[in-house]
Amino acid sequence: MIALYTVMEGVIAFFLIAGSIFALIGSLGLTRMKDFYMRLHGPSKISTLGVGCILLASIAYFSLLDAGPSLQELLITIFLFITAPVSAHMLSKSALHQKLARDPRTRGNPQELQEDEEHSIEEAPQGDSKLP
Amino acid sequence: MIRPRKWLPMPLLSVLLLVVWLLLMNSVALGHWLLGGVLAIVIPVITEPFWEAQPRVKKPFLLVRYFFRVLLDIIIANLEASKVILDPRGRARPAFVEYPLELQENFTITMLASTITLTPGTVSAHLRMDGKTLLIHALDVGDIDDMIRHIHERYERPLKEIFEC
Repeated sequence: MIALYTVMEGVIAFFLIAGSIFALIGSLGLTRMKDFYMRLHGPSKISTLGVGCILLASIAYFSLLDAGPSLQELLITIFLFITAPVSAHMLSKSALHQKLARDPRTRGNPQELQEDEEHSIEEAPQGDSKLP
Repeated sequence: MIRPRKWLPMPLLSVLLLVVWLLLMNSVALGHWLLGGVLAIVIPVITEPFWEAQPRVKKPFLLVRYFFRVLLDIIIANLEASKVILDPRGRARPAFVEYPLELQENFTITMLASTITLTPGTVSAHLRMDGKTLLIHALDVGDIDDMIRHIHERYERPLKEIFEC
């Protein structure tokens, strides 16, 4: 019985540490990346796994403590996996809409980011749209 | 007065509601089964008029395989993205990729876009209004055509088989 607890303690500790490290790396990505679109990768992917690991540890811990499966955390995981991509998509959509600057090394020139000649002429009479 | 035509208009949604209810309560006592069961029947009946037609799962076994494949890819995705972030020389090769979609249903396109965001090095950034092109931002990509082929083989074709074929 003691052996089981020791092993489970190790497993829980492993998941907690792995989750924390992933969360830390994801946050580091926010500071280290060059433009908005690259910064988006950190939170959308890495923190998902980070939180996933911590929730796994939580499931293991409370299942052991309450002597019965505790699966509530699965719900958080599922909702997270559904909502993280959607929010990332909406963020990048609005970034494209505002034509945020991208890293000069980025290849590919989507029409969403091109300066649209006709469009700017149409908008010109409405006021000074030449933002710095 | 809305007259439901069927008692269980969306069986999958009903099962899902019941499971979510039991997980929320964190208990499998008889009372929770009953209450969850009532909710699982009433909610789909009331909300049925608001729902778009959902595509049917034609091959459940493939869906299970797809699920585990994506789970594995999420772990790989994390290791790869961590590598790019921690690379001291900052040698990322970002790119915008226009991905030509073959899928047609809204639901399957949503699933593909979410999968792309969760898997290695790519975030789906924008779906063009015509619903035929998905704009993807890749963090570190060598050959763009290679990446498109990879996504097509690994994710889009299974999804097409599962839902649309």
